[in-house]
Amino acid sequence: MLELKNVSFKVMGEDGEKEILKNINLKLDDTFVAITGPNGGGKSTLAKVIAGIYPVTDGQILFDGVDITNMSITERAKLGVSFAFQQPVRFKGLTVRDLITLAAGKELSVSEACTYLSEVGLCARDYVDREINASLSGGELKRIEIAMIMARGTKLSVFDEPEAGIDLWSFNNLIRVFEKMHENTNGSIIIISHQEKILDIADKIVVIANGEIKGFGGKDEILPELLRRGNAGFGCVKL
Amino acid sequence: MDTIEKGLLEKVADLHDIPEGAYNIRANGALGGRHTTANIDIVSKKDKPGIDIIIKPNTKNESVHIPVIITKTGLDDLVYNDFYIGENADVTIIAGCGIHNTGDKKSSHDGIHTFHVGKNAKIKYVERHYGKGEGTGENIMNPTTVIEIDDGGYMEMETTQIKGIDSTIRVTTAKLGNESKLVIRESLMTHGKQYAKTDFTVDLNGEDSSANVISRSVAKEESYQVFYSNINGNNKCAGHTECDAIIMDKARVSAIPEITANHIDASLIHEAAIGKIAGEQLMKLMTLGLTEQEAEEQIVNGFLK
Repeated sequence: MLELKNVSFKVMGEDGEKEILKNINLKLDDTFVAITGPNGGGKSTLAKVIAGIYPVTDGQILFDGVDITNMSITERAKLGVSFAFQQPVRFKGLTVRDLITLAAGKELSVSEACTYLSEVGLCARDYVDREINASLSGGELKRIEIAMIMARGTKLSVFDEPEAGIDLWSFNNLIRVFEKMHENTNGSIIIISHQEKILDIADKIVVIANGEIKGFGGKDEILPELLRRGNAGFGCVKL
Repeated sequence: MDTIEKGLLEKVADLHDIPEGAYNIRANGALGGRHTTANIDIVSKKDKPGIDIIIKPNTKNESVHIPVIITKTGLDDLVYNDFYIGENADVTIIAGCGIHNTGDKKSSHDGIHTFHVGKNAKIKYVERHYGKGEGTGENIMNPTTVIEIDDGGYMEMETTQIKGIDSTIRVTTAKLGNESKLVIRESLMTHGKQYAKTDFTVDLNGEDSSANVISRSVAKEESYQVFYSNINGNNKCAGHTECDAIIMDKARVSAIPEITANHIDASLIHEAAIGKIAGEQLMKLMTLGLTEQEAEEQIVNGFLK
């Protein structure tokens, strides 16, 4: 279970201090939670704060009762937090197999590495020895990023907009990947997304705008309201 | 061979013991062992130190190992090796030099290798340089490679220097005939106060000749690397040179690629990029459970692989 207590994150901008996350309180103990909201509202920042990429300015983060607030990225990863980047990173020289092996934390046979790639719809034989470099498209990289999270198989997996940069055909497959992950996972999944189809498979939805939680509840409660306002309505919620 | 010599041999030639096929082992400036085959002859030079390696035409799937190992401090070893690769041959040549210098005097090896690649011959040349030693004496290697590829010939050169060489000036020149091809891959890592200079000059003289010169290097601590690459397109040809370097700590790297087209149908490209390891790359690997140092090692090893 993940718990955020009074979490704030501030940065220094040109116009002085800016608060990106404002006193966030959240208790997430469901299998599949979607975090949504307008661009610039603080969703990705929240994901990065959970993974330890950004340190909190104030507040506390508990993971299965353990205070991880001051833990590094590595310590959190070892404890069971995984994070899929919105824009996957490229590595000259490292192959898909290298990264899947590092993610699994143990030597994998080719067929084991291939299993994860097949899960995300990549023809494993064609990909396993390819370098994670500019020759891979954005969509391919996103799928490899998801395969890495699967290979880790940790208690908590955080996905930052997995649909960004993916074409429509791939997107439909992606939904199936997450549906399957939802069914099979032994841990929890947090997914940052704008997509109705992803929100629709979530157990709970969190709405974040302007650095604050504007809504939290079951999808039957939150989704109809979001759809009524339309995605564009996120940014100009009348309070 | 003692364990130190065996260790060097493993580092520079992947050999755990005496190799199969043709070989010539040079240890501390003297002959340490030689074996020839029906198709590959090795003959000591009469006028200067070194050997001639003569590979008969049409020799296929054979290999030659010519490692050099130095375990004495204060030894300056100079050697001239000439390779004559017969027409239509297809062979692998594994060279390499390992220095284990425990003393306080400099030890050096200057290898001058000349390749005469015959018509339609195909060779893969692997060269590794490695240094070690607890002493204060410097390990110095200055390899010179001279390549001449006849019509339709192909040469692939893999040159690696990963550790322990304090100073190196690596000079490679190549002249290519019609429809011949040269591929050079350099992997280089320097650390401490090491200095490494690489200087490639390729003359694409033949019609439809091509060359691809790729260097990947990592400069750590206070080391300094200079990369020169000069491709001259003197006929209808294609040339590409690429230098990609990672700098760390207080290291410095200069990349000076140069391409000259002396023919209207010469097509030449150069690329050069130098930069530190991206923070995002480290972060990604840390989210997989690696420490920052482990992540750095993975990135460097992958880059030089």
